[in-house]
Amino acid sequence: VKWGSAPRIVITGVGAVTPLGQGATASFERWLAGESANDGGRFHCPTFDPSQFMTPVEIRRSDRFTQLAVAAADEAVEQAGWNEGLPVARERIGCVVATSIGGLYAQQRELEAFATRGPKRVSPLGIPRLIPNAAAATLSIRYGLHGESFGLSAACASGTQSIGAAMRMFYTDDVDAALVGGTDTYGTDVMRAMLKVMGATSKSGVLRPFDRRRDGFIPGEGSALLALEREEVALGRGAEILGEVVSYSASNDARSLTAPHPDGRGVVQAMGIAIERAAIAAGDIDYINAHGTSTRLNDRIETDAIKEVLGEHALRIPVSSVKGSIGHLGGAAGSVEAVLTLLALRSGVAPPTVGLEEPDDELDLDYVLGEPSPLARAATGERLIGLSNSFGFGGHNATVALAAEPVP
Amino acid sequence: MGTVTAGEIEALVIETLASFGPERSTLTRTATLDEVDLDSLDVVELAQVLEDECEIEVDTERYLGVITIGDLIDRTLVIVQETRAE
Repeated sequence: VKWGSAPRIVITGVGAVTPLGQGATASFERWLAGESANDGGRFHCPTFDPSQFMTPVEIRRSDRFTQLAVAAADEAVEQAGWNEGLPVARERIGCVVATSIGGLYAQQRELEAFATRGPKRVSPLGIPRLIPNAAAATLSIRYGLHGESFGLSAACASGTQSIGAAMRMFYTDDVDAALVGGTDTYGTDVMRAMLKVMGATSKSGVLRPFDRRRDGFIPGEGSALLALEREEVALGRGAEILGEVVSYSASNDARSLTAPHPDGRGVVQAMGIAIERAAIAAGDIDYINAHGTSTRLNDRIETDAIKEVLGEHALRIPVSSVKGSIGHLGGAAGSVEAVLTLLALRSGVAPPTVGLEEPDDELDLDYVLGEPSPLARAATGERLIGLSNSFGFGGHNATVALAAEPVP
Repeated sequence: MGTVTAGEIEALVIETLASFGPERSTLTRTATLDEVDLDSLDVVELAQVLEDECEIEVDTERYLGVITIGDLIDRTLVIVQETRAE
């Protein structure tokens, strides 16, 4: 199947748990208001209560990354109306849930049990809690989805690549619907320590994408899931269509496990092909949700790549990064940002890059500073197009293009 | 733990299973493990607790075939008594 000529894939439900709050809309509105969930240099979800969604037995059998995914998925499934009946046969619904590593808390607990109490005192529930596919499998079980299901790992590009993986499942005619997204507890103490010694995290404790003072990211936890279905399925059952997954492409820098390619060649490739496959021109793009990690290198390389791919249009397209508000959600980042991109298009407004106050002279895109910025074509009521970028350790780069009509 | 009574074993099993999540009121002798959302992995954890509490070694294969909470209690009592008699 040729990308672009393939059956259209629409979004009928979204859900999210982020450090800004419970729910996709709540998270988006707080971001739009310029809030940051930075809690003394940490981004976590302190009000998240898994017992709102799961039984005590289910909670005990799962790690937090799975619990976050269940909450986000329940919201997406309910919005899509799948809780009142699945849209197609169970065998035709897939599930892909990205994560950077998997059940980090369980992993740590089992390593400690092994070290201190010996091999006979690791838990028989260790594996189901920590395996990176636990979230995907749990969602398949929860909603009775018999289509292909797996966890996906490409570090911080995982969440976006999970959408690409799901699109291929549609294009190869394996599914007619899919539950897709990412989930991560990227901000555990051990993760924070390891990221810190790598020099990746912010010494100042403030995430400032594209700011001249930016000094690294801060990891956090969260999840987002999207309910996708073929357009004809959604139309046939009268479901509200929130938007469309238009196109996707991913690449690898093939250079370093940790540093981005200095020329941004992988980013240029991913963005360029995603635009080409969408059969759109640079001038058709209304909004870019940047990876924008607040590291010295990422923000410069991403800026240069956007300019290389979009040419003269690059300077007039609003670009924002949500990471100053919610932190870097690792394997969940791409899915959370895809959901927030969709909501930005539907609102016709680009939310601000929280933390950006003093622009870097070398970075000259329209980074949406301070106040939200209305999208230029929103008033026309026409379908708007947004790109969401994600890049990860290992040189992974992914871009997804979403479209949605602004909701008056 | 010195000598253990059947009542103590039953209390230990119920208390341990309740700590795994099911409502205590559902943990009756006639309820099946399946009915209270527990399975063989939980039985392995129960065996680990038993090993710590009773200072014995438990071969988890001895729990094969257990269906109800009552089975689990009775089997546990046999395991503890036989292990102590050795």
